Amino acid sequence: MHRMITLFVPFAIAAVVTLSPATAQAQEYKLTIKDHKFTPEELKVPANTRVVITVVNEDATAEEFESNILKVEKVIAGKSRGTVRIGPLKPGRYPFVGEFHEATAKGVVIAE
Amino acid sequence: MLGALIIVFREVLEAGLIVGIVMAATRGVDGRGRWISIGIGAGVLGAGVVALFAGAISQTFEGAGTELLNATVLGIAVLMLMWHNAWMARHGREIAAEMRSIGTAVSEGAKPLTALAVVIGVAVLREGSEVVLFLYGIMAQGTSGSALLVGGLLGILAGAAFTALTYFGLLAIPQRYIFSVTSWLIALLAAGMAAQSVQFLNNAGFAEVLGNTVWDTSWILSDGSILGKLMHTLIGYTERPTELQLTVYVGTLFAMGLLMRIARYRPQERVAV
Repeated sequence: MHRMITLFVPFAIAAVVTLSPATAQAQEYKLTIKDHKFTPEELKVPANTRVVITVVNEDATAEEFESNILKVEKVIAGKSRGTVRIGPLKPGRYPFVGEFHEATAKGVVIAE
Repeated sequence: MLGALIIVFREVLEAGLIVGIVMAATRGVDGRGRWISIGIGAGVLGAGVVALFAGAISQTFEGAGTELLNATVLGIAVLMLMWHNAWMARHGREIAAEMRSIGTAVSEGAKPLTALAVVIGVAVLREGSEVVLFLYGIMAQGTSGSALLVGGLLGILAGAAFTALTYFGLLAIPQRYIFSVTSWLIALLAAGMAAQSVQFLNNAGFAEVLGNTVWDTSWILSDGSILGKLMHTLIGYTERPTELQLTVYVGTLFAMGLLMRIARYRPQERVAV
């Protein structure tokens, strides 16, 4: 019985690792919103892999990170941060906006 | 001010459309006003709570809390819509046949009404929490934001007007078709919600399979346009569906149809329920 448990443990760990979200392998990036503008406005990420972007909203107002092409629509409250998961992307340019301040809050993810 | 009006209107459009459809689907059913009000009231309350804890929710589950909440809430709405359609398939014909005596079927009618109140509640909660966050941000800016605030409130009113438009538009449909029309509308609504739910799961870092885009019709109808948003709610339109979204969409429609067939089936012996 004991041996069976010992044998089972690696499989259990493997199963948990496989089933859990792939954040561990995904590469992490950061975008900052200040005065209704994104920094950097051009974010270079690797193509063909999952990418995690932490969006830090330094403004007091809420912002909605939106991109139809990236299939993301996420409201980030004022003075707060949010996590956006995208990809795997083919090489190319993927524009996004802050929907609540579309005139100034613009940016593009460049997958390469 | 106009900018704020449009932003808020775009956010409440989806909830407005859903409330309009549900109101038409429950036309003539006793006590629906109460349940619809409860749904909207609970939704507004929930929106306030979600907005209040938006930061905390966002931080849970490795930053995927908001997406998981959205996916769950949409999943619940899909189940409720399935329940409603199955119930309607079973009882709709008799209700249509004795339209005047619907008032007597209160206890029966109450069942799908609770389901639809939940659907309304979660729709208002989802869209409403974004509106609350937007308006709260404006208020946080101080007095300079008052014109924006007025714009935002007008946006909510415009959304309510749109609900009325949807409702009265659907009422123009002749009585004998209204059940089949609303059943179809609700089936498509549910399929679209299921496809959206699975995309939220994907954004949360789950269900990362079948991620390829099946088609791109952004050049015909953009998701960001008002018409795009309407079609998104009505039939689940999205400009770049993934294979997973399409699979879930078709699967939901199929499951809904199957469920309605089963619900409609009655052995000869048990006519009276």
